[in-house]
Amino acid sequence: MSRSFFRRRKSCPFSGDSAPVIDYKDTKLLSRFVSERGKIVPSRITAVSAKKQRELARAIKRARFLALVPYVTKT
Amino acid sequence: MPLYESVFIARQDIAAPQVDNLSDNFQQVIEGQGGRVAKREYWGLRTLAYKIKKNRKGHYVLMNIDAPAEAMHEVERQMRIHDDVLRYLTIRVDELEEGPSAVLRNKGSEDRPRRGRDGDSRDRKVASADSDGDNKPDSKTDDEGEEA
Repeated sequence: MSRSFFRRRKSCPFSGDSAPVIDYKDTKLLSRFVSERGKIVPSRITAVSAKKQRELARAIKRARFLALVPYVTKT
Repeated sequence: MPLYESVFIARQDIAAPQVDNLSDNFQQVIEGQGGRVAKREYWGLRTLAYKIKKNRKGHYVLMNIDAPAEAMHEVERQMRIHDDVLRYLTIRVDELEEGPSAVLRNKGSEDRPRRGRDGDSRDRKVASADSDGDNKPDSKTDDEGEEA
C-alpha cells in the first residue's frame, strides 16, 4: 500500500456475522484497541463504527476499573 | 427480576477457601432475598493491572445473578463494608452469559505465544496509524503528542 490515495474503506471489526462480542472481561480482545500507553485507540484508526466504539470504550473503562487492563503503562 | 453480573476482587492475602466462604456469604444474602445465583466463577489469583490498596494480586470472583434490586443493594453494601473486598462491579445485563466467561476461555492461552502475536498486531496497527498520519497532518501531530 504505497502512497495510494484510494485507501480501501476498512469495515468495522464488530459488525458482520462472525463479529466478536464486546465484553469487558475479554482482555485479549480489548487489548487490540488500546495503545501501548494504555489509551483507547481512536476509531478513525481502528475503523470501529461509532456505536461499537462507544460500547468498546465502556467495556475498556470497566476492565480498567477491575484492574484487568491498566489505566496507564509507563514506558 | 433483573439480571446482574457482579465481579468482586478479594485481597491477595486470604486463601482460596476463604474466598469461597466469602462468595458463599454473598450468595446466601441473595438467596435469602429471593434471588438466584445462576453461575459462580472463580478466576483465581490474578495479577492486578495496577496496585489497589497495596495489593499486587487479587482473587477474582464473578457471579451471574437473577435477583431483585434490593438484594443487590444489600450485597453491594456488604461488599463495601467488607475489608477483604478490594473492589466490586455490578452491572445489569440483558441476558446472562452461559458457559465459561472470556477470562476463563483465555486462560489456557495466557502464555507466551499469545503475547507474541498480540505484540505483532499492535506494531502493525501503529505502523498503519503512521501512514494515515501522512495524509492527515493534524492526526500526526496528535500522535507525536502521545509519544512525548
